[in-house]
Amino acid sequence: MSKVRVLVGTKKGAFILSADGKREKWEVSGPHFAGWEIYHLKGSPVDPNRIYCSQTSGWFGQIIQRSDDGGKTWFQPGTPPGETKTPDGTPKGESNKFKYDVSKETGAPLTTHQFYDGTQHPWEFKRVWHLEPSHTDPNVVYAGVEDAALFKSTDGGQNWRELSGLRGHGTGPQWQPGAGGMCLHTIILDKKNPNRIYIAISAAGAFRSDDAGKTWKPINQGLVSQFIPDPNAEVGHCVHHVAMHPSKPDTLFMQKHWDVMRSDNAGDRWHEVSGNLPTDFGFVIDVHAHEPETIYVAPIKSDGEHFVPEGKLRIYRSKSGGNEWEALTKGLPQSDCYVNILRDAMAVDSLDSCGVYFGTSGGQVYASSNAGDSWAPIVRDLPGVLSVEVQTLP
Amino acid sequence: MIRVVLPAHLRTLAHVNGEVTLELAVPPTVRSVLDELEARYPMLCGTIRDHDTLQRRAFLRFFACAEDLSHESPDTLLPPEVAAGTEPFLIIGAIAGG
Repeated sequence: MSKVRVLVGTKKGAFILSADGKREKWEVSGPHFAGWEIYHLKGSPVDPNRIYCSQTSGWFGQIIQRSDDGGKTWFQPGTPPGETKTPDGTPKGESNKFKYDVSKETGAPLTTHQFYDGTQHPWEFKRVWHLEPSHTDPNVVYAGVEDAALFKSTDGGQNWRELSGLRGHGTGPQWQPGAGGMCLHTIILDKKNPNRIYIAISAAGAFRSDDAGKTWKPINQGLVSQFIPDPNAEVGHCVHHVAMHPSKPDTLFMQKHWDVMRSDNAGDRWHEVSGNLPTDFGFVIDVHAHEPETIYVAPIKSDGEHFVPEGKLRIYRSKSGGNEWEALTKGLPQSDCYVNILRDAMAVDSLDSCGVYFGTSGGQVYASSNAGDSWAPIVRDLPGVLSVEVQTLP
Repeated sequence: MIRVVLPAHLRTLAHVNGEVTLELAVPPTVRSVLDELEARYPMLCGTIRDHDTLQRRAFLRFFACAEDLSHESPDTLLPPEVAAGTEPFLIIGAIAGG
């Protein structure tokens, strides 16, 4: 029977939740890396036992952890457990070295970006928000970082190289941090076209590369943001998350700061599909595993009140790719609930009856084994959830 | 022998319990102690000071013999008690956050 493994990053450690295909009885493992902020964990589609993890701290900076046994044991790439040096004594383990590329040959000028107060500010590496393993090679993984840039490792996370065409493409001085920092939080690899990569940055917008990350173009036409001087500007939009179904890679769904958006031409043009949502502010958006037009969002009251409206935890589902939305409430608290669902905190499994999972700022992880018709908590009392990913295992 | 006390999270990363002891071939300074510490425990690279600039991370402090050495030059000699191993070199996480 198939199994699922839910990888949960929280403000105080990582947790791994496992169940068989019925998704009724769960085993909870963790906290892994107790006390550290775990922004994201994600498994390789090629080798599900290979899991990458972003472990970060305001005191000690960034650490990359890797498991090759499905999360039972972990090590910093380049430094296996119990082994701190190569046989010749050369230090290993610089897997946390994210250095912006300023070389003459391949790099981009390290420009400034716009700071909160409107002044220009130098780029400073802070943390890894999102790790995206390759569809074809378990040793290839991409990292989206703050301050916004895209890095790539081809040796299992040991060494990282910036794909500097993104940061250097020209609009950097107009990028600015959102409330959570200037983060590159979304990385989508097109399985059908290995040269195509989508990324999104708060607050710069969405970008697309059609040459495997060498060059990039902003894809923000149709986005309207009232908090920037030109609401229709090429960049500067606070995109919260983007989702794509692998079978329809030209169709993208976006939860923006305000507005739920859709593009059917690989991001060249967007249109709004917020429809009858109670509020179109939110962070997370995801697509059903088998129905490319079935999408999920978690509406949040407003940019000033980051919790679900009316004290009711409701996921909204559209089976028509947007505009017509239905509230999914069965099994979710419908009074006195004031949690948030962050941008990377929803995922779907690929079992026949699609499972949907999300985590909250209150530490609950909810699961639905019937595409959202009903929900049950897997755990209720974890630290605040930063990210949720799911692996569907044979 | 130099004794170094690490914050709990760095002890976990380095897979050590209690104090770390280092043998230095050069006079002990903040720089030479951290160089040797990172050579012995490369998984700590970047967690105490920046990879490139070698600047101390903002929320860490260096103490020894009841003195705050955080703002001393990294090439200042550590106190004789630290060099003799009778007092440890302390790497402390600032009390901040929750």
